[in-house]
Amino acid sequence: MSADFLYGIEVILNGLMAGVLYALVALGFVLIFKASGIFNYAQGVMALFAALTLVGIMEGQVPFSHIINAIFGTKIHHFGWHVPALLAIFLTLCVMVAFAWAVQKFVFRHLVGQEPIILFMATIGLAYFLEGMGDLMWGSDIKTLKVGLPQGGSRWIEDMTSGLGGNDFYGFFIDKLDMVATVVAAILVMSLIAFAQYSKQGRAMRAVADDHQAALSVGISLNFIWVLVWSLAGLVALVAGVMWGAKSGVQFSLSLIALKALPVLMLGGFTSIPGAIVGGLIIGVGEKLFEYTIGGMIGGATENWFAYVLALIFLVFRPQGLFGEKIIERV
Amino acid sequence: MKDSYITPDGRTIGGVLMDMRGITLRFGGVEAIKNISFDIREGEIRAIIGPNGAGKSSMLNVISGFYHPQDGEVWFRGAKRPTMRPYDVARQGIARTFQNIALFEGMSVLDNIMCGRLTHMKTGIFSQAIWHGAAQREEVENREAVERIIDFLEIQAIRKTPVGRLPYGLKKRVELARALAAEPKLLLLDEPMAGMNVEEKEDMSRFILDVNDEFGTTIALIEHDMGVVMDLSDRVVVMDYGRKIGDGTPDEVRGNQEVIDAYLGVAHD
Repeated sequence: MSADFLYGIEVILNGLMAGVLYALVALGFVLIFKASGIFNYAQGVMALFAALTLVGIMEGQVPFSHIINAIFGTKIHHFGWHVPALLAIFLTLCVMVAFAWAVQKFVFRHLVGQEPIILFMATIGLAYFLEGMGDLMWGSDIKTLKVGLPQGGSRWIEDMTSGLGGNDFYGFFIDKLDMVATVVAAILVMSLIAFAQYSKQGRAMRAVADDHQAALSVGISLNFIWVLVWSLAGLVALVAGVMWGAKSGVQFSLSLIALKALPVLMLGGFTSIPGAIVGGLIIGVGEKLFEYTIGGMIGGATENWFAYVLALIFLVFRPQGLFGEKIIERV
Repeated sequence: MKDSYITPDGRTIGGVLMDMRGITLRFGGVEAIKNISFDIREGEIRAIIGPNGAGKSSMLNVISGFYHPQDGEVWFRGAKRPTMRPYDVARQGIARTFQNIALFEGMSVLDNIMCGRLTHMKTGIFSQAIWHGAAQREEVENREAVERIIDFLEIQAIRKTPVGRLPYGLKKRVELARALAAEPKLLLLDEPMAGMNVEEKEDMSRFILDVNDEFGTTIALIEHDMGVVMDLSDRVVVMDYGRKIGDGTPDEVRGNQEVIDAYLGVAHD
């Protein structure tokens, strides 16, 4: 096997693993969009907020310490304890569920029946509110997230594969964190699909996604389902936030990963869970492969725009995405 | 009226299950329902008829909690019902179908009917999430109940088909199955035979009679086809322009001059 071919495989593997993370963020969008028709611009900020909260809880940071100190003239910043990672993750999840409930109670309950654009604007407001809230609660400095995930390239894989393509090839470089992220994301996605498919609440979720009126008539409370999907989106955001945070530190640019989810959704379709996954993988592999094969010829840095151009092409030729429902209006 | 009686065909009609008292429903300035009172007795088939725009569907929507009347009281099983959301009404044991079919188009027939069982499934979200023993048992029990309904309505062959692919007549039947799956105390059917051909109408009429006969389900239905209504129902309410113009057995209603005028038109001089 030639070295070039093997490098190609390495690029694809890395692309797949990046794609899993894109898919994870896109999944949060799909969950909410399906059940309530709301395009949740705040999904990326939810990931940021979840990661900030997780770090804050683990480090024993005092929330709103800046305000407290300013008002009372104190100088407290830390409780002085450290919370173990698993407990902190659980507590963060509780915060995300509380957030889901509050969003439903104070925002979207009052906007039932409004135009989609109004709902969308509300989520933009929500995004900035949440970003400010994260800043206020936990401070704006870049934090490192140490939940015990492995870091760096896997020596084992590198050693195993080096020399496969002759002396030019030094073995696959695969990030251990990427591997963990892939496994976690895969488990999360499979359990979400199983939950939606086989549980009673999952069935109710699909029912609400399909027809509100009919769902009401069989005794489903729309409010409960909406809180549930926002909570699930919060869970997805937490996982995405942990993975990205562990990779590149918890910083406010984290919320921008939501933008990468947009082309993923256009590819996969806004209403399809498998679509979000396949779309994420295609974009992940596509942008890495494009950079590897063609990027060099046209000056590189194609990863910044490749996904959006691909999405644009899809919008022209297949606006409903790969798996989305084709909408045919009868006249 | 006596508390319970036996119909000519040998069914027992019980006491009052649902009592509508002085219902008035307004949309802005338009009065869709004007001070209407009637009752539905346990075990009977009660029809609501009337020309287009008479307010029949509005009345059904009031019963099922989709509309809230400005005036009047709804009494169900001997107690006054507070203003209720539709899903709470469903949980009280009132199931319904819709005039324009409201099914979950993307889901299979089986899943649609399983949704009708949701009010009977009590396990919480955590035991569902980890697919705990109780959740599993509950799924099996409810699945059995659904299979009985599938047999009853003769839709075994399409149980795995996505509803969106079914023809109109079968969709209507699946919607009936979903409502039946809830084992309702009161079943509301909004034009169950609209848009059907003669054969489909006969099938549907038979199912409605069988449901009433075998499960003793109380049924309130809206229907346009007068022949069907007169054959099916024990008592009929006639509405016109939001008012009640007749109430009684099919024979009584048929002889009512006001009803005849409303349906055939009357010469104004």
